Amino acid sequence: MAFHIPEDFYYTKDHEWAQVDENIVTVGITEFAQDQLGEVVYVDLPEEGQKVTQNQAFGVVESVKAVSDLYAPVSGTVIEVNSSLIDDPSSLNDDPNNNGWLVRIEMDTEKELANLMRAPEYKKLTQ
Amino acid sequence: MSESLKTPLYHEHVKLNARMVDFAGWNMPIQYTNLKDEHNATRNHVGLFDVSHMGEIRVKGPSAVASLQWLTTNDIEKLNDGQAQYGLLPNDHGGLVDDLFIYCLKKNEDYLVCVNASNKDKDFRWMSENNKYHADITDESALWGQIAIQGPKALELCDQVFNYPVSKMNRNEIIESEFQGFKIMIATTGYTGELGCEVFIAAPGTEKLWQALLKNPIKPIPVGLGARDILRTEMKYSLYGHEIDDTTNPYEAGLGWAIKPMAKEFMSKNTILSAKEKGLSRKLIGFKMKDRGIPRQSYQIKTSAGDVIGVVTSGTHSITLDEPIGIAYVTTPFSHEGAEIFVDIRGKLTKAVVVKTPFVQK
Repeated sequence: MAFHIPEDFYYTKDHEWAQVDENIVTVGITEFAQDQLGEVVYVDLPEEGQKVTQNQAFGVVESVKAVSDLYAPVSGTVIEVNSSLIDDPSSLNDDPNNNGWLVRIEMDTEKELANLMRAPEYKKLTQ
Repeated sequence: MSESLKTPLYHEHVKLNARMVDFAGWNMPIQYTNLKDEHNATRNHVGLFDVSHMGEIRVKGPSAVASLQWLTTNDIEKLNDGQAQYGLLPNDHGGLVDDLFIYCLKKNEDYLVCVNASNKDKDFRWMSENNKYHADITDESALWGQIAIQGPKALELCDQVFNYPVSKMNRNEIIESEFQGFKIMIATTGYTGELGCEVFIAAPGTEKLWQALLKNPIKPIPVGLGARDILRTEMKYSLYGHEIDDTTNPYEAGLGWAIKPMAKEFMSKNTILSAKEKGLSRKLIGFKMKDRGIPRQSYQIKTSAGDVIGVVTSGTHSITLDEPIGIAYVTTPFSHEGAEIFVDIRGKLTKAVVVKTPFVQK
């Protein structure tokens, strides 16, 4: 199965993606992660205003078969949560790269982006 | 993974692009396509399960009944030719070595015992060491492949493939037959709550049978271990290592119906009974969530005040009901239907309620 891995995203080794727009980072899970999990039926996300730390768990997605922690790609403050996923996570299953985004984080420092992977490197991880 | 055992259907699973995992030392398919489709195929049509990893222990000879009566909890005397029953294999301190199915092939002479893959070696050793009446006990696991065929269309499929009226058999029966020259035993048993059977086949014939089933116009769907676990959880069937283990009193687990203390003596009988007579301190219950969250094995059950009153043994998102369900041990005062309990999900007290089981009525 071929997964769409957008070139302009950053990636964690735990299969989150991060799209950076100035100091605002939108975070989601990759198509590969969604495929591995199977249908996500439950999402536990932080509140707006909550601080998150790079590589630390900030939430949980659960499929029928497994619980999986979500890891923050960057440190910062959660400024927006995709609350539609809480009642109905179907967009996370159907479109994890776009409508299935999880949170937006105001990042503390751009320097942390250097710890993330770019698309070609992440692609290797999924093969 | 490379050291895992492979069932006779390993190459079939690879051909079907199944996602393979290690389960109890076996390389097994966890899913072929996705859990939902595989689960729904079993509930609404027919699913095929490779259960060749299960253990088969043969107990034969004039003292077969006496030995099985001592080793297991159900009443073997009740079984006539071609009948099967669920039973338990107690250890010497009132817990369980395993749960099992006993098939009577010939009364007083020949019994097949089907056990969990994860416990097979332990069970065979235990049965051999405690073979009080010297029955002829052999481990035949390597000789048999096993395919479970489960779902509303399962018996129709079997009638066609086996050219035998399997649909006329009662539940919990077994017949010996042949498939393309391979010895088979068709048993109307299962682990899904659906109609169907489990077919033991001489190992070299397993692939041929699997292919013949898949080719049939009824079009059964291969189902992996992932959906199998959800199907059995929806029925609140016990799984060794979850609901039962070597410390479980079987009455606590709600398995008293498989214990026949009036009929006979058996291993640990007094220990098992005295716990019941003293009053059970905890019971196995089913629950549904009132607050959001999915219960998982080993999460603690608490009161609203946060006192620990139990533990989750199995939990999942039920595909049939499209809501989370759980099985747990809770202290007896919280075990009645309607009791309010709280599941500690990652530190959050999440409200749940004890419900009637099975979760899915069949």
